[in-house]
Amino acid sequence: MKERIKEKLQILSDAAKYDVSCASSGSNRKNNNKGLGNASGMGICHSYTQDGRCVSLLKILLTNHCIFDCAYCVSRKSNEVKRAAFTVQEVVDLTINFYRRNYIEGLFLSSGIFKDADFTMERLVRIAKDLRTLHRFNGYIHLKAIPGASEDVLHEAGLYADRLSVNLEIPSEKSLKKIAPEKNYKEVYSPMNFLKGRIAGYKEEKKHLKSAPLFSPGGQSTQIVVGATPERDYHILQLSASLYRDQQLKRVYYSGYIPVSNDNRLPAISKPPLMREHRLYQADWLMRFYGFEAHEIVEQEQPDLDLHLDPKVGWALRHPEVFPVNVQTAPYEAILRVPGIGLKSARMIVQSRKFGVLRSAHLKKMGLVWKRARYFICGIDRELKAKDWKPEILRHHLIAQSVQHGAGQLSLF
Amino acid sequence: MHFVYDSTFPGLLTVVFTSYAEKWKPDQITPKKRYCPGLFSAPYEVHTDEIKAKRVAKKLQCINPSFLQLLYRVFLSEDRLREMLIYRLIQLALTKPESVKGDFRNPDLLRAKELNKQIGREVHRMHAFVRFQHTKDDLWFAAIAPDFDVMPLIGEHFEKRYADQQWLIYDTTRRYGLHYDLEKTRFVELDIEKTAYPEKLTPAQLHAEEDSYQDLWRTYFQSVNITARNNLKLHLRHLPRRYWRFLTEK
Repeated sequence: MKERIKEKLQILSDAAKYDVSCASSGSNRKNNNKGLGNASGMGICHSYTQDGRCVSLLKILLTNHCIFDCAYCVSRKSNEVKRAAFTVQEVVDLTINFYRRNYIEGLFLSSGIFKDADFTMERLVRIAKDLRTLHRFNGYIHLKAIPGASEDVLHEAGLYADRLSVNLEIPSEKSLKKIAPEKNYKEVYSPMNFLKGRIAGYKEEKKHLKSAPLFSPGGQSTQIVVGATPERDYHILQLSASLYRDQQLKRVYYSGYIPVSNDNRLPAISKPPLMREHRLYQADWLMRFYGFEAHEIVEQEQPDLDLHLDPKVGWALRHPEVFPVNVQTAPYEAILRVPGIGLKSARMIVQSRKFGVLRSAHLKKMGLVWKRARYFICGIDRELKAKDWKPEILRHHLIAQSVQHGAGQLSLF
Repeated sequence: MHFVYDSTFPGLLTVVFTSYAEKWKPDQITPKKRYCPGLFSAPYEVHTDEIKAKRVAKKLQCINPSFLQLLYRVFLSEDRLREMLIYRLIQLALTKPESVKGDFRNPDLLRAKELNKQIGREVHRMHAFVRFQHTKDDLWFAAIAPDFDVMPLIGEHFEKRYADQQWLIYDTTRRYGLHYDLEKTRFVELDIEKTAYPEKLTPAQLHAEEDSYQDLWRTYFQSVNITARNNLKLHLRHLPRRYWRFLTEK
């Protein structure tokens, strides 16, 4: 019996792993019924695989049988892989038993489309419902919202899940139609927009009524595959900015395309574009936490991110007129834009300077990257400002520095 | 003055109380078990007094509610210089109460923040890396060996999360554990040589299903790796080797 489950687990986790969303954050579901589990707000990574990615949720497909034939997907109809399907009970058992051993934060459940969208979505919802109601499970549940599923089913999903996601996958509709002929943008955007409305509605209700039910309290996210189609970084960041703004997404994930097939609709690449993916995540962070607009990070005339430099440094070098920033007097927002200064050190600087003058010795201990920040700040004891550094020279200097220190290695995820 | 105390947090607060009451400025504060008698020194031994400790705690709490918590966490870091650091921080709080809120130009405050960050990281790691094993007598057992003494800080998380299962987390270096009996959590000391809970349990102690779930977890862990993306350096940074011996999947 267990051998069969082991084989299914192998097949269906292998098929699910290309969905890079790993977060177990954003939800604060409490364990009020003396049941099992809760959601921890900031999320917990319970382990890390050899590729350095976090393992937080039991991420599996309900089945990898699929009626669609999307070129970028391992589970596409025309691909010759082993197929399998879990039963509802099997998924429930695995989730509960992994959770009790503190292996995971919860379940991330997706599926190939068998029969039709509603039929598939109903099965996913059924599992979440069983976990919540029969097993009093309060751990994290991330459900995939299947494009084309009816609003009733999506609504029910939101009542049991902590986060929902619909994947955009391909960054433009033109490319999508080329490699996934059965799909279109409308089918992806319409559940997203529906969920956006419901999430906002329930959140509002919760403000006035404590007993109002939770509806996908961790919001929704999506994934964009990078490098499988010709879209430039400028286009991709504009797209994410619109998703954050218009669809109110919590996260956009970028997945460097890994050749999962020799389907001739896709480029043959030897290595996944990991550095590009890394730079996109950095750019994404700049938009979400550092107050940057997409058009500041990549300009239309130069539509790709510089692979050699972090996009924040790239912006700083294109805007020498903004620097040096005086750390004693500049507003928080300006300090946040200095390369080498992060959220925490910016906050510490603003807090500490109320008590007196900051010296370089103080700054160095506040956790900022001194060797980078020093070129962009002034107002401290030693004037190290960038006036002798023309952007072009500084650029070479900073690249050389990062190569020396092995910063060319990916480290974000 | 050289103070010696019983290496508990209330003990240290009693030292602070005594030093203020008697106007004896400490130049060393040493836990009793680490004290080696010197030739020329005659240390003053402070006996822990809960009432005095509470008075110090109350005063600090009035100045800044989160400050006492910070000091407690610095204490749990087991840093060799923690006692004098905590003493100086209390001094700072009493003389310049404003500055403990965020004058990170002060090296002591910065050091405290650094230690606090390390503690926080270790707490987070324990939330992540504890691996319960289900035993025959329906107990969920996990062994840990954290870098700092974080057990007092992790109980609440596990109590909330695993409210419907009996569990025991045991610190194999500090030799004490935390046990939850479905009602309350309490600290327990076990004589590990004599009792049945070593780092990893023997098959005879395990629940009939335990082995197969561990096996399933290892299967899962193997199959979610993307070989084309292997990055060992990053892997090791997130999952340092010293934690491996407690992880089912490694």
